[in-house]
Amino acid sequence: MNRRGFLSKTSLAALSAAIGTEIFYGAQIPAGYRLIAEQDPDLFARYHKDRDMVILNKRPINIEARAHLLNDDVTPERCMFVRNNGKVPVELQAENWELLIDGESVRQGRSFSLEELKTTFPHYSYNLTLECGGNGRSEFDPPAKGNQWTVGAVSCATWTGVRLRDVLREVGIKQDAVYVGYHAADLHLSGDPRKEVISRGIPMAKAMQEETLLAFEMNGKPIPEIHGFPLRLVAGGWPASVSGKWLKGLSVRNQVHDGPKMESPSYRVPCDPVAPGTEVADENMCIIESMPVKSLITYPRTGAVLETGRSLRINGHAWAGELQVKEVSYSIDFGATWQECTLDKPVNRLAWQNFRAAVTFPSEGYYEIWARATDSRGVSQPMVLPGWNPKGYLNNACHRIAVKVV
Amino acid sequence: MKKRSSKKEGNSQYRMMILAGFIVIFTFLSILVILTMDALEESQPQEVLVRDPERIENGIHLRTGLKAGEGMEAVIRHCTPCHSASLVTQNRMDAAGWESTIRWMQETQNLWDLGEDHELVVRYLTREYPVESKGRRQALKNIEWYSLDGQNP
Repeated sequence: MNRRGFLSKTSLAALSAAIGTEIFYGAQIPAGYRLIAEQDPDLFARYHKDRDMVILNKRPINIEARAHLLNDDVTPERCMFVRNNGKVPVELQAENWELLIDGESVRQGRSFSLEELKTTFPHYSYNLTLECGGNGRSEFDPPAKGNQWTVGAVSCATWTGVRLRDVLREVGIKQDAVYVGYHAADLHLSGDPRKEVISRGIPMAKAMQEETLLAFEMNGKPIPEIHGFPLRLVAGGWPASVSGKWLKGLSVRNQVHDGPKMESPSYRVPCDPVAPGTEVADENMCIIESMPVKSLITYPRTGAVLETGRSLRINGHAWAGELQVKEVSYSIDFGATWQECTLDKPVNRLAWQNFRAAVTFPSEGYYEIWARATDSRGVSQPMVLPGWNPKGYLNNACHRIAVKVV
Repeated sequence: MKKRSSKKEGNSQYRMMILAGFIVIFTFLSILVILTMDALEESQPQEVLVRDPERIENGIHLRTGLKAGEGMEAVIRHCTPCHSASLVTQNRMDAAGWESTIRWMQETQNLWDLGEDHELVVRYLTREYPVESKGRRQALKNIEWYSLDGQNP
């Protein structure tokens, strides 16, 4: 725990001398925290990311994919977005990892070692779509605070683990259980060891779904460090922030969980629609649950120039939170006419679905190919921005790519 | 005769040894110089980073990416100990927005009282990172055109 202490005056002086400038508010810098000047700038190599990924923020680390990087059916580690609220925990060790399950609504609090979880309960694998609630935030007007995600804060990897419901049943849950909140090992940006970075959760109904996992593998290997090694709560189809990384604890609550980032306006939108720029009182903000219908054209990369007379193969993915996508269409005339794409069934519930089409163009010129998905309830993606909200969540406006026919 | 020739032989052997010695020393020194130059070259980018953390080019403070202007140093002092400056440069807000963001960080994220710098910081942020209207959907921008020929038969 001494890594959470603060830098001594002498080491601060040495650090100041080394980087050749005075460090203001050095007393606030937690020990073990590396300043920019001495930080490894190559996050791509450190976290095995494709060099076409876009770093939005180095502290905390936030990285998004570009649409064309998400072409795989199963998102590989190198193309998976990274969203952190705090600092990645250091010295993660699977051997002595413990998960504590407590809260008002457990019969008796209990701890499991990772090994115990693995050996006691059956394993399941699902492809699960995880999208950041703020994916698409950059387009809102007036702008919303936070990392300005464009389109790439979404992934669909294969997660393997034990079912949360099997574990909860083993522990014993009281009738009054309402919510499961998670606790994680990440560190607050301010270095304050008493501050929890983010502790969100899911209602019991989501917790008891068969696809909700305590996962220890991603794409058949131990979960990569930055994606939650060695244990992660994974609940597909909901804002990815409910899928707590570096999972240390679960609290079964008799009320809606009240950890950091559960409160308004975090991961909440106005319960009733508001005009852009409206200030919304906390009590009128509702927690985001299932994510809305959305799609992404992942091939070709935007900017393709092709010769006239030739058809263009396009493909991508579509997803709809808890629901299934029933149709994907494309338009090359800004929505005047739509053509249906071929759409695959999901590999399992909560996995994204692949779509493809062969596009022909009537003449030379500049085109945009727009994709629009429709969910099983008949709700489609809007072509313009959906309802404005103070934090810029849930932008599921149609994705489009530019094409030139010459 | 015999004695002289052996002496002569000894002399040439001696010369050979000196020559070999010189070659060894020269080679060694050359390697040393090359290695040192390599090391210097490798450490150079980092040295620039460390030696000149306040360099400004085209109005941008290179180390942080912040726009140069009155109040920038205060923003570096107060904002970047916890998070990178890109959390600032990504965002656009009016004075009330920046003000409430600072207040939120003070109330919940352990940000300290900015004291005399408070107004300077808000002024800088509002001036350099003001709200831009984007409408309901912007045109696609910065498209990098590339030929698809051969990639999509």
